[in-house]
Amino acid sequence: MTLLGPSLAVSAILFALGVFGVLLRRNAIVILMCVELMLNAVNLTFVALAEARCVAGQIFVFFVMAVAAAEAAVGLAIILATYRHRQTVDLRYINLLKG
Amino acid sequence: MALAPLSALWLVPALPLAGFVLNGTLALAAPGAKRTVSLVGVGVLVLAFLAAALAVAQYTALAPAAPLVFRYWEWLPARDLQVDFALQLDQLSAVMILVVTGVGALIHLFSVGYMREDPGYARYFAYLNLFVFFMLTLVLGASFPVMFVGWEGVGLCSYLLIGFWFTEQVNADAGKKAFIVNRIGDFGFLVAMFLIFRQTGSLDYSDVFTKAGAVFVAGGPVITAVTLFLFLGATGKSAQIPLYVWLPDAMQGPTPVSALIHAATMVTAGVYLVARCGVLFALSPLASAAVAGVGALTALFAATIALKQWDIKRVLAYSTISQLGYMFLGVGTGAYAAGIFHLTTHAFFKALLFLGSGSVIHAMHRAYHLTHAHDDAQDMRNMGGLAHYLPWTAALMWIATLAIAGIPPLAGFFSKDAILTAAFAHGAARPIWYVFWGMGMAAALLTAFYMTRLMLYTFHGPNRTGERERTQLHEAPWGMTGPLLVLGVLTVVGGALNVPTLFGGAARLERWLEPVTRLARGDGAGGGVELAAATEWALVGSAVLVAALGIVGALKLLNPAALVPARLAPPERGLGRFLWKKWYVDELYDAVIVRPVVWVSREVFWKVVDVRLVDRLLVNGSAVLARVLGWVGSRLQTGEVGVYVVVFVVGVLVVLVSAVR
Repeated sequence: MTLLGPSLAVSAILFALGVFGVLLRRNAIVILMCVELMLNAVNLTFVALAEARCVAGQIFVFFVMAVAAAEAAVGLAIILATYRHRQTVDLRYINLLKG
Repeated sequence: MALAPLSALWLVPALPLAGFVLNGTLALAAPGAKRTVSLVGVGVLVLAFLAAALAVAQYTALAPAAPLVFRYWEWLPARDLQVDFALQLDQLSAVMILVVTGVGALIHLFSVGYMREDPGYARYFAYLNLFVFFMLTLVLGASFPVMFVGWEGVGLCSYLLIGFWFTEQVNADAGKKAFIVNRIGDFGFLVAMFLIFRQTGSLDYSDVFTKAGAVFVAGGPVITAVTLFLFLGATGKSAQIPLYVWLPDAMQGPTPVSALIHAATMVTAGVYLVARCGVLFALSPLASAAVAGVGALTALFAATIALKQWDIKRVLAYSTISQLGYMFLGVGTGAYAAGIFHLTTHAFFKALLFLGSGSVIHAMHRAYHLTHAHDDAQDMRNMGGLAHYLPWTAALMWIATLAIAGIPPLAGFFSKDAILTAAFAHGAARPIWYVFWGMGMAAALLTAFYMTRLMLYTFHGPNRTGERERTQLHEAPWGMTGPLLVLGVLTVVGGALNVPTLFGGAARLERWLEPVTRLARGDGAGGGVELAAATEWALVGSAVLVAALGIVGALKLLNPAALVPARLAPPERGLGRFLWKKWYVDELYDAVIVRPVVWVSREVFWKVVDVRLVDRLLVNGSAVLARVLGWVGSRLQTGEVGVYVVVFVVGVLVVLVSAVR
């Protein structure tokens, strides 16, 4: 039996969770985590489809993981710097770019 | 190098240009270097005259059948429109370059004395040299665009020199008036050029004139439009009705400028243009009649105004307009040789008259300057009896006066007589020319009268300058009187250029110009009707009689002893006032053209178009629009990441949905 259908369903659920997390939460760290969740949902899709179609999807996952690691490092550094500056990571209070 | 002087034809205009560059540099770098400036300014003209004389001499020796065209470089290569910068030497331009450089050199020489004290000495000579360069380009150009460069250039120099003493408002205004009125004429020239190019596909004289007969329907509307627009250009430059108004005001410039530009050379450009395009004018009887008619009318009209002017230079200015009218009567009749002949002789005697008046003004101005008086040095009512103080000037100006009046055997007699005879002869073919001839005769009478009046009031009777000033009146230095003498000699012998066969002469100028004028006579429209010798003698006799009548009448009727200085003179009344006010033409133009234009400019173009439409709607309007759009855009920038994310997600969903569909 193939796991393609359940895998895609799980990744869709994970992706949706990530989107709603980004939309609804205010804490910058949680938002960053939700972004990671979305990336991993995509990874799952790649892997699942690689089984069915071709192996390139699995290779792509490595790239995504590398980029995600870099993104997490940069994102956390920014959040840390912001926190030092404003003593908060709540995005409602970080709105200097308001027009 | 058999062709040496001819192939160096480019030197003729290039020398004055070099003079302009040198003097222009000196004017900026060392305005005090008057010796160098005089040397350069006069030197280039003398050299240019020599170059021109050599070239013409060689041309005569070669006697080529067609005009010699020298192409120097490709100027406007624009697909169908191919214009080379080319100079052309033929019989007509040969006459013109000799007159321009010859008379020009004499006037430059005179200027050395006249302008000696002026702080703008170098600038003056720079402009004068530049003018000669443009004038030579005008007459030597081998195509309409090259001629147009010279045409615009002389207009520019005229503007610069009329307003030479620009610190006084009236001088600057006169310069502006000349420039603007000339622009109206230039518009006509341009339109004519466009039409010619549209019809013939070329602007070179050689092409246009050979194709003209085949392309244009003789007497058709197109050729009539072309020639009338050309004539509009000519009336602007040559001060004919209705565009003559700038010339009297042009007398605000230095007097040698009036002599060179506004009497001897530039104003004859229109006559040259009509003579050059004789082929075209011959195809349009209507335009020819317009040229002759306007010429005759201007000759008479300007002569009446000259009767009552007091400013010595203004009398001469109106006299110039009147004489230019004669030239147009000549070329309009198809008597191109007569018109060009009068152009040449007029250059001699009018330059002499102007330089003579310059000599008078120089003396008057000096006298007033030394006694710190503030009277008008140009008003004839302040002169009188000057023959005693300026004997040479008086004698030479009398010669010129007799010449312009048409007393034999001076130059003006032959040329004016040639024009009037041609006009009368043409009357046999087209009776309207009898009217033109009559107007010409009337103008001749008035010419003799007003010129005698000028001489009488300036040089004879008691002196009205003032007790103290009288002792300061002297003849100008020889540097100034010398050119007058040369011009005096030319005025006396100039007629020998073209003694008609009637007097046993060879009509040399007429035969010399034959290759040019023959082209124009192709269809016989301009062909002269041969008159019986008896009729010609009668015409000559009546012309001389009329001239003598004018002179004697002036001597009998006018009494210089009854004049009072300008300060004390009572205002004119009646017809005299009407003429003194120049038929109120300036006032008429002011009311009919200038004021409405100014009104429309102020009330419509400024207050509505500029202030409301451009400033308010377009300039401020676009700024307001940008601000509103910016405000709307700034509302989107909340600075909250959450909002951005919502927009982003919605956007992605929209893209996805539309992609899947």
